[in-house]
Amino acid sequence: MKSTLFSGAALAAVLVAFAGSAHADTTLKIESWRSDDQAVWDEKIIPAFEKSHPGIKVVFAPTAPTEYNAALNARLDGGTAGDLIVCRPFDGSLALFKKGQLTDITGLKGMENFGDVAKVAWTTDDGKQTFCVPMAAVIHGFMYNKEAFKEVGVEVPKTEAEFYAVLDKIKANGKYVPLDIGTADQWEAATMGYYNIAPVYYGGEKGRDELINGTAKMTDPKFVKGFEELAKWIPYLGNGYQAQSYSDSQNLFTLGRAAIYPTGSWEITGFKANSDFEVGAFPPPVAKAGDKCVISDHTDIGIGMNAASKNKDAAKAFLEWVASPEFASIYTNSLPGFFSLSSAPFKVEDPLAQEFISWRKTCESSIRVSAQILSRGEPNMDNQMWVESANVLNGTETPAEAAKKIQDGLASWYPLQK
Amino acid sequence: MTDIAPTGTPAKPDETARAPRRKMRLHIAVFLAPAVLIYTLFSIYPLIESLRLSLQSSVPGGEADYVGLANYAKLFFDPLWADQFLNALKNNVVMFCTIMVVQNPIGLVLAALLSLPKVRFTGTYRTLLFMPTLLSVVIIGFVWQLILSPLWGVTDGFLRAIGLAHAYKPWLGLEGSALFTLSMISVWQYVGVPMMLIYAALLSIPDELIDAARIDGLRGWAIFWKVKLPLILPTLGLVGILTYIGNFTVSFDLIYAVQGALAGPNFSTDVMGTFLFRTFFGQQTQLGDPHMGATVASVLFFIILAGVSVYLLAVQRRLQRYEM
Amino acid sequence: MSAPETSTPSAARVQPSIARARTGRIATSTAIHTVLFGYTIIALFPVVLVLLNSFKTKRAIFGDPLGLPFGKTFSAIGYLDVLHKGDFATYFTNSFVVTVVALFLIVLLGAAAAHALAEYRFPGNGFLGVYLIIGIMVPIRLGTVAILQMMVQLHLVNTLTALILVYTAQGLPVAVFILTEFMRTLSRDIKDSARIDGLSEYRIFFEVVLPLIRPVLATVAVFSMIPIWNDLWFPLILAPGEGTRTVTLGVQQFIGQYTVNWNAVLAALTLAIVPVLVLYAFFSRQLIRGITSGAVKG
Repeated sequence: MKSTLFSGAALAAVLVAFAGSAHADTTLKIESWRSDDQAVWDEKIIPAFEKSHPGIKVVFAPTAPTEYNAALNARLDGGTAGDLIVCRPFDGSLALFKKGQLTDITGLKGMENFGDVAKVAWTTDDGKQTFCVPMAAVIHGFMYNKEAFKEVGVEVPKTEAEFYAVLDKIKANGKYVPLDIGTADQWEAATMGYYNIAPVYYGGEKGRDELINGTAKMTDPKFVKGFEELAKWIPYLGNGYQAQSYSDSQNLFTLGRAAIYPTGSWEITGFKANSDFEVGAFPPPVAKAGDKCVISDHTDIGIGMNAASKNKDAAKAFLEWVASPEFASIYTNSLPGFFSLSSAPFKVEDPLAQEFISWRKTCESSIRVSAQILSRGEPNMDNQMWVESANVLNGTETPAEAAKKIQDGLASWYPLQK
Repeated sequence: MTDIAPTGTPAKPDETARAPRRKMRLHIAVFLAPAVLIYTLFSIYPLIESLRLSLQSSVPGGEADYVGLANYAKLFFDPLWADQFLNALKNNVVMFCTIMVVQNPIGLVLAALLSLPKVRFTGTYRTLLFMPTLLSVVIIGFVWQLILSPLWGVTDGFLRAIGLAHAYKPWLGLEGSALFTLSMISVWQYVGVPMMLIYAALLSIPDELIDAARIDGLRGWAIFWKVKLPLILPTLGLVGILTYIGNFTVSFDLIYAVQGALAGPNFSTDVMGTFLFRTFFGQQTQLGDPHMGATVASVLFFIILAGVSVYLLAVQRRLQRYEM
Repeated sequence: MSAPETSTPSAARVQPSIARARTGRIATSTAIHTVLFGYTIIALFPVVLVLLNSFKTKRAIFGDPLGLPFGKTFSAIGYLDVLHKGDFATYFTNSFVVTVVALFLIVLLGAAAAHALAEYRFPGNGFLGVYLIIGIMVPIRLGTVAILQMMVQLHLVNTLTALILVYTAQGLPVAVFILTEFMRTLSRDIKDSARIDGLSEYRIFFEVVLPLIRPVLATVAVFSMIPIWNDLWFPLILAPGEGTRTVTLGVQQFIGQYTVNWNAVLAALTLAIVPVLVLYAFFSRQLIRGITSGAVKG
């Protein structure tokens, strides 16, 4: 039985090799879904922190985004989660706080650097307790291939009419896919589709509040309008867009085969590295010239402390550092497109990132309509947004049908919409 | 649950004589104990811990309440849940039928050809045919999306080359064809499993039986139909029930990898596995609900158990088992 | 592998039709190979595509997926990333150790249990038969929290032992199910004559039964191997530490929220096929050896 011997030896090796090791320093482990940022943390953020905080070591240990929520919950319940938890916005983290798994950090030094809007995604409904330090927001918009625009002879559109005129010209030219978005993964249809363009029509934060306090409905024309616009995109999409995945869209754009890509600021780093043409960006077009533009400026990432952490003091020191202007500057400039929510002044160096953040001056900022409170029940409104936006883009549902389904979903559980 | 288990009781008259009542028969315990112990500790106990959540409901911030079968009533009768459940179940049934009709016959034919005497390179064929089964779903998802994608020109290029350009559709993205396309990818991935099982069964048929059949004047396909096939019927039954179980459990990985947890487009590829996963663990901004998740899992358990019981009671009992 | 030339007694007996039989046989052989070869192409085309593209630049993967990696399109960047980012040698060793040890336990313990169920009549046999296959009816993933808590108490978090235990528990049901089925087809005469020869029940199991079902053991090992090798979830929960990371978990670092390093993913997963292929080849040989050592057959 040769295999018995081998396996026995292997088993023994396993038992010997993993007895564990001890550290003299305090080591903090960060749970995150941003595996994209591993290098930035390892090379820039962590060294900067460790330099000013001798005796504390930090390990950035991300989990793949699709597994993050489930894995984090299991680790928190099982008691093996890291000391610092990167927080999803709104209910995802609120639930952890309510379960006592995230620490209250309302009085943390440095929290005064954040306004209420910045903190809203990680604050209890009554506004009294905050449980994560805001790290970054992402801004939605459209990126475009500057060379393609020059070749076709079009300018950056500002209004709806100009937007479709540009798309028509690109389509007539025939060399480029006018609008680069697919529906295979569904989330782009909502995130880069509806969440991106609809706030202009429903009036940003005002419309969002109306939906939350029950004075407006998803079936109101101003909310349906976003879906109607999506339906108008159909003729400009690439061949077989129903099976075009997010990765496909990225590649189509970076290979120079598409002209306009509805997206968000998070894409900046990747596109810089992969495209060999100049990329520009413009905010969602307004209905008619002179209208105030509204952008989706979504508070997306925060960081909190595991209530079961054995290194609370060190973790607190880290969070205080994250709340400082120093971190705001390092983070924003190492990850162009992820904008710190700090009200302390910091400079953005990347030109494309500058373009995105400049919209904060000219346009009203708004967060995703389903993010706060409205996705708390079943059916989950954000999920419905994915599916219905994709259905509208696929042409399998009319804008009115899609809006009605979402309204019905809300009405089924949300008291103020009943 | 004890009564529905006829396993291991093939009431043969000589049975008792064969296994004499020895002192305590310690060896039976020795054979069973390690497997039962590890399995109970690391599979059954955790699963029971989770499934009992189905009898409770979560109170935000508080301890869970015992609610009896209320969660089950919700799953079956609340349209919000029942629609999703029935849709997932229907898709599973469709997928199961597709796979049964396509995968297992292909597996049988391949195994039959490979087991023929004097066919050369069978070892090579067997290894190559089994390759897809060895791949990670991450790769399988990537490569099939690449192949079927409208953008990169693999399938539409091929169809254009043979003059069928108009036949191309973005199959994975259309409600009408996504599930069937995924079933076919699953067949491609797993055809090696029935092939191997049937192959092993065919090879263990004694040569004497085949020779005897030849002496009786049977040739080629007749030998296969009249001698070999009846002998491997128990294996075909096994393949069938494994397909049934795998359809409810393994199918999750592929669909999750290719279409995501929301199993698009418009839930047309949602199966019990993705529905269960979404409910139990949550998805993006949807929070996981372990109580409803456990309810879905328990129902899934009974669905599979029903299938296995039918197999054990009806199929397995009727199939005469030839000792070889 | 091919059977000895003399195995067709019919051909020898029916002299006049030999020529006809020969042409017939060539035609049949061609047909057989056409079918096998045809399906092999279907099975392999995507695999070859993965292999080709793992050696190409990202632009070339999507610019021309069918193109060969030559000149400008050739790039080993994926493989270099795999070499430099993370300790893939350790990841491979971990995956290999976990898979092999778990497989050994599944096959040995599964065969022992299946033997007990198929061979002996005892109270509770029927119950145990069903009990031991319940595990395939609910995804074990649902029990994650309880498993993790248990591993914490046993101080097994971030050890390969934790993974081995879970995978063994996960693999046993299918193994028991398949093995019981096959063990019931074993000839009773052999075992009984061994008993008459005075062999103990243990020796009957190890020396008579196991060799007889070797092909099935190999088959079960092959089936059980795949979910273990490719699993992402339990390494993520039970052994995410750098020292205990498996290949599938190591690959995850290349799959980001918005950016996927497809070069590295393809390279790592192409490399990840090699060890399973080796294991497969190993089991495959057992399969053949078990079958061709046909003397023991009933």
